[in-house]
Amino acid sequence: MSALTTLTPLRDRLTRDPHVTRLAVILVLLLTFFMLVKTKNFFGIATWQSMAVQFPEFGLMALGVMLTMIIGGIDLSVVGVANMTAIGSATLMMSIAPTGSDSPQGYLAVVAAIAFSLIVGAIAGAFNGFLIAKVKIPAILVTLGTFELFTGIAVIITGGKPASGLPAQYGEIMAQRVFGIIPMPLIIFILATVVIALIMYKTAFGTKLYMLGSNETAAQFSGLKTDNLIIRTYMTSGIYAAAAGLVMLANYNSAKADYGSTYTLLAVLIVVLGGVNPNGGSGRLSGVILAVVVLQVLSSLLNTFPNISNFYRPLIWGGVLLLVIVVNQWTKKNRLSRLFGVKGNKS
Amino acid sequence: MVDNVIAVRDIGKAFAGVQALDGITLEIAPGEIHCLAGENGSGKSTLIKVMSGVHAPDTGTIELNGKTFSKLSPIEAISNGVQVIYQDFSVFPNLTVMENLALNAELAAHRTFVSWKRMRAVAEEAIAKINFTIDLDEKVGQLSVAQKQLVAISRALMSDAKLIIMDEPTTALTKREVDALFAIILDLKARGIATLFVSHKLDEVFEISERFTIIRNGKSVITCLPEELDHATFSHHMTGREFDDDHFVPEHVSEEPILETRGLGVDGAFADVDLTLRKGEILGITGLLGSGRTELALSLFGSKPADSGKILINGEVVEVGSVRAAIAHGIGYVPEDRLTEGLFLERSISSNIVISEIDSFVSKFGALDQRKADAEGQRWVDELKIATPNPANPVNTLSGGNQQRIVLAKWLATHPKILILNGPTVGVDIGSKHDIHRILRTLASEGLGVIIISDDIPEVIQNCNRVMAMNAGRIVAEIDPRTTTESELAELMSKDPSTIDGKG
Repeated sequence: MSALTTLTPLRDRLTRDPHVTRLAVILVLLLTFFMLVKTKNFFGIATWQSMAVQFPEFGLMALGVMLTMIIGGIDLSVVGVANMTAIGSATLMMSIAPTGSDSPQGYLAVVAAIAFSLIVGAIAGAFNGFLIAKVKIPAILVTLGTFELFTGIAVIITGGKPASGLPAQYGEIMAQRVFGIIPMPLIIFILATVVIALIMYKTAFGTKLYMLGSNETAAQFSGLKTDNLIIRTYMTSGIYAAAAGLVMLANYNSAKADYGSTYTLLAVLIVVLGGVNPNGGSGRLSGVILAVVVLQVLSSLLNTFPNISNFYRPLIWGGVLLLVIVVNQWTKKNRLSRLFGVKGNKS
Repeated sequence: MVDNVIAVRDIGKAFAGVQALDGITLEIAPGEIHCLAGENGSGKSTLIKVMSGVHAPDTGTIELNGKTFSKLSPIEAISNGVQVIYQDFSVFPNLTVMENLALNAELAAHRTFVSWKRMRAVAEEAIAKINFTIDLDEKVGQLSVAQKQLVAISRALMSDAKLIIMDEPTTALTKREVDALFAIILDLKARGIATLFVSHKLDEVFEISERFTIIRNGKSVITCLPEELDHATFSHHMTGREFDDDHFVPEHVSEEPILETRGLGVDGAFADVDLTLRKGEILGITGLLGSGRTELALSLFGSKPADSGKILINGEVVEVGSVRAAIAHGIGYVPEDRLTEGLFLERSISSNIVISEIDSFVSKFGALDQRKADAEGQRWVDELKIATPNPANPVNTLSGGNQQRIVLAKWLATHPKILILNGPTVGVDIGSKHDIHRILRTLASEGLGVIIISDDIPEVIQNCNRVMAMNAGRIVAEIDPRTTTESELAELMSKDPSTIDGKG
């Protein structure tokens, strides 16, 4: 019995979620292609390390966006939150430990900056949630507006220039290689994934998020505190965006209001690619994580072709996003045939 | 013998393995007023959709204008003169009457530029056809239900209709409005336009129809003339049951009321509602759409808090300002429309059942005990005989009756003291309907206070020990269902509000 019950859910999960299966197949194909075409890069550890440093930036944002899309919303402000909190914490670090401070001072600055950044991220997210839940503005409008607002704050703090000259201790911590090979950003991403998995699957909050995304009226009629749930979800997204900001701050060793400008689309793309229904109510973390990895591998693969310029990247991301949405509609039976065939309208 | 306007022969249609229509044949002659009757879930709507080209039938043929189709497209149906007026009328509430009437013609003409003058002329002609006077510049959203319906009828007539299908047209109308509608139907008849009148209200059906087709569980039961039927045989054909006068008689009714309202009101919806509910009772509240019945339920459940008056639970005045407050006071609410208000369709059966009590499965470390929650879900699936192989399946794999049991289970799981059900058996098959009624009677005998809000008159008469009729936002009468007939109650519900305003 026990062996059976542990096996069945695993098999169920593999067969029941077509997105996860599809993504796993795509990943394998992509990796095979990578291995055959760019054998040298594929077997170099540096390739994988540079990937592991880069993808947590947008991966963390995607995790936050995922929660908001599960409740049927969206968070377009993640890049704004990341840049604003990164600039805020850079400014804070430099004021606690100006150039030439000793190392204890530097570590204190780092701890303070991390705490500051996560708190500001939470506040920014809660502000989004408040406008969506209490003022009842659609999430897409709220977060588009606050994206500009947060970016604007970031521009004003820095005057549009990069904030640099961080205490050496910050870079030192973030450049750590755990066991000599695993980069710090990857550790942060794994930790963040574990936390969000616990939230989604081991707490009542997680179950309620899915229910809320599935049917908000029924959630209200079932006695869920829907406003509170919405605010907490956007708060979590804000915290994850702030964490992404901290990773970006380390990777660039500076903060600027317009870093990571393509990440908004990328985060949404990942979540949709991962099988989260943009109307809310369904989607799995495993799919989103796979989607993060797929996109990073794709991106690194593109990098190894010197003649594919970075200018093509938005075009590729946009194309992939639309393709995924169309394929998803397709697999829902009859949706596409309705588009091309008989129009099933009333009257 | 005149050629039929439309004839469907041997139509079959299945949805996800459920046979919604099975060998239905229906013929309508020009100018005929034909009634299609059947209980909720009998396949009426599906048949209409087959006739109007929304659904393609699996088997059978449709004859229109002498042509035979194996399936219709909506465009073909319209161009052959079939027009449907749905329950929601399919009008555009944010547009004016004129735009609603004339836009179709404008669009159909493939004109690039809009001429407001031409549109006005078209619209005036349309309303003149049924001698209907209305301000053409009024937004349709502002109109009364009856007026919206007339707009929809006018629009249907513009496109040279030969058959107008009206899906439950009288659901939200007062008696006077129903009479006006019937006058229009007779006028259409005089012009050779046939009407397929879909309803389950006996009196109306007998008043207007020239021929009946009754369907049950997707099969034609009988097609006949009104003289061949009386009310009892009609009901028998519709339900397949002999009507037993099995009225609900409460076993133990508590002395003290569990729920009372005094002068309860919500602005613009209802006012001065005094009601009492004792443990063990099933109280019926009935009224037409728009009578305030739903708003009353929502205010008792805290979703639309009352603007005036008091709610007392166990003799104490309580504040029911939110759904959570209502739940905390032991009130459960099975909403009017389970699909949009009651269920999380793509989530699992067991999570739907436990959602309102989910916090009780959380350990002190904040972790959700999924196994306990699933066990609770399974328990209710067994208890209410919900037909599913696996409670982990999504709710949308179930039939209407089983879905309604899930909504019921969700509330029973919270151990309510008062259960309010709004339309508990709408769109539910007869078997489940019967079961749900039996469950409610058992619950009442176990000491629950139950309120059934419904416009299904036989339902409240049979299953309640007291029934209150609502009309235009007021309770107009309280009756004893054992001594009141269905038509007397219907009369109370549908009296024109102006004649009862004085009584207040």
